[in-house]
Amino acid sequence: MRLSRWLVPSLYILFLLLPIYWLVNMSFKTTNEILGGFSPWPKNFTIDSYVEILTNPVWYNGYISSISYVIINTVISVSFALPAAYAFSRYRFLGDKHLFFWLLTNRMAPPAVFALPFYQLYSAIGLFDTPWAVALAHCLFNIPLAVWILEGFMSGVPKEIDETAYIDGYSFPRFFVRIFMPLIASGIGVTAFFCFMFSWVELLLAKTLTSVAAKPIAAVMTRTASTSGYELGLLATAGVLTIIPGAIVIWFVRNYIAKGFALGRV
Amino acid sequence: MTKTWNNRAWFLVLPVLLLVAFNAIIPLMTVVNYSVQETFGNNLFFFEGVKWYEDVLTSERFHDSLFRQFLFTGIILLIEVPLGVAIALTMPRSGPWVSVCLVLMALPLLIPWNVVGAMWNIMALPDIGLLGYGLNALGIPYNFTRQPISAWFTVVLMDVWHWTSLVVLLAYAGLRSIPEAYYQAAKIDGASRWSVFRYIQLPKMNRVLTIAVLLRFMDSFMIYTEPFVLTGGGPGNATTFLSIDLVKAALGEFNLGIAAAMSIIYFLMTLLVSWIFYTLMTRGDEQ
Repeated sequence: MRLSRWLVPSLYILFLLLPIYWLVNMSFKTTNEILGGFSPWPKNFTIDSYVEILTNPVWYNGYISSISYVIINTVISVSFALPAAYAFSRYRFLGDKHLFFWLLTNRMAPPAVFALPFYQLYSAIGLFDTPWAVALAHCLFNIPLAVWILEGFMSGVPKEIDETAYIDGYSFPRFFVRIFMPLIASGIGVTAFFCFMFSWVELLLAKTLTSVAAKPIAAVMTRTASTSGYELGLLATAGVLTIIPGAIVIWFVRNYIAKGFALGRV
Repeated sequence: MTKTWNNRAWFLVLPVLLLVAFNAIIPLMTVVNYSVQETFGNNLFFFEGVKWYEDVLTSERFHDSLFRQFLFTGIILLIEVPLGVAIALTMPRSGPWVSVCLVLMALPLLIPWNVVGAMWNIMALPDIGLLGYGLNALGIPYNFTRQPISAWFTVVLMDVWHWTSLVVLLAYAGLRSIPEAYYQAAKIDGASRWSVFRYIQLPKMNRVLTIAVLLRFMDSFMIYTEPFVLTGGGPGNATTFLSIDLVKAALGEFNLGIAAAMSIIYFLMTLLVSWIFYTLMTRGDEQ
């Protein structure tokens, strides 16, 4: 029993890390060595691929545009969702349940359904190939998720706090920013984490809505893989570098992750 | 919590409503529009009624990708949910290792989906990948670009790798909310490990597990990028799931009518299942 308590999670983590190790392994090899045959670790250790990616604007601009639309999206999603989540957690109003369900259905809409119409819509309003297009498009699934998570956290705050603040003469905006938001700070952090995560990993819409100027790193990878032959080393390095921002963000919210995954409701 | 009836709350919801409606309703109407019209180029459209819907619903190709989609979703739900719960049960409840475990387990969730596909592609290459080379060295013939069975095995393994952590984290969050007193009471009563699980842990995880199944169902039902990068839907059509087929029809073959009708059918299916789940979930809340 004691042994299995350690064994199962350790084996699982080993299974999770193996493909990541393999990717890191590839990223330190030369293309010739990769294609030369199977080797469990790099024999001619090289950081050429890392140098290439960090000095070539085609590559590093991909990272910059990815990070910029992810940040814009996170800010928009959280700030729009905050008042809405408050309304859902505190008040009943005409059509509230239907509205909440309708919001959730958008989290469930397959992006493939929306790819083509989004392309036309964002071309028509002149945002095509800007980070704003991707950031706004990702709101489709991130805002419903943000409302859902924040609503859970807000429902955990007793209503008496609102009432006391109003009696003390606080106006709604002042109460919300000065008293309420600090109370659900961890909830806001977790929500921002989820928005970051789902915007960072999505590719289909991001690729459809950009062509040259705002191309996300994930799309640069697919293009490079097809035009300049199959440069596995570069591809692996770019992959390793896309894991890093996520890992940093996880580290910041590590103490809230478990609660955040329960959407604040347990 | 009792909520006050206040229709002015609509003003707080309005910004979200406008932004999501802009993103959801205009594109959806575009799709509906395409799904009932025929075009011969030059932006000339002719009303076609439900012809495309009939075409899609009777086409062998749609039935096949729908079947593959349900098979895939079924397999990964059957593997990921029990596995995730089992891992969550064996995880330490407190201590310095919890954070490390959680961070490492959440890592696959934050890798862009095409990188997940590329990563497993590199991992599964028969001559130089760890998985492909390993299996072949063990004497198991494995080549995911040639054999449908190998391709399915790789796609399922990739999804288990990618998403089991979500179930683990949700289940773990549910487990942590159980007060220590419950376990002590069970110990005094001499409850077996199984009855602790069946009568204390499982009911407490009920809600988060519903969320887990809901999220896994939805996300696996719209899976596109990972199998597309890994296998490209092949070999043949062996791993062409609904989204891959849809994008193929819309952007590859430019069959706008067919693609739009497929989108609507696809969307209505997800909507129906989400509605069932949502009703089950909110009914659980009221009890």
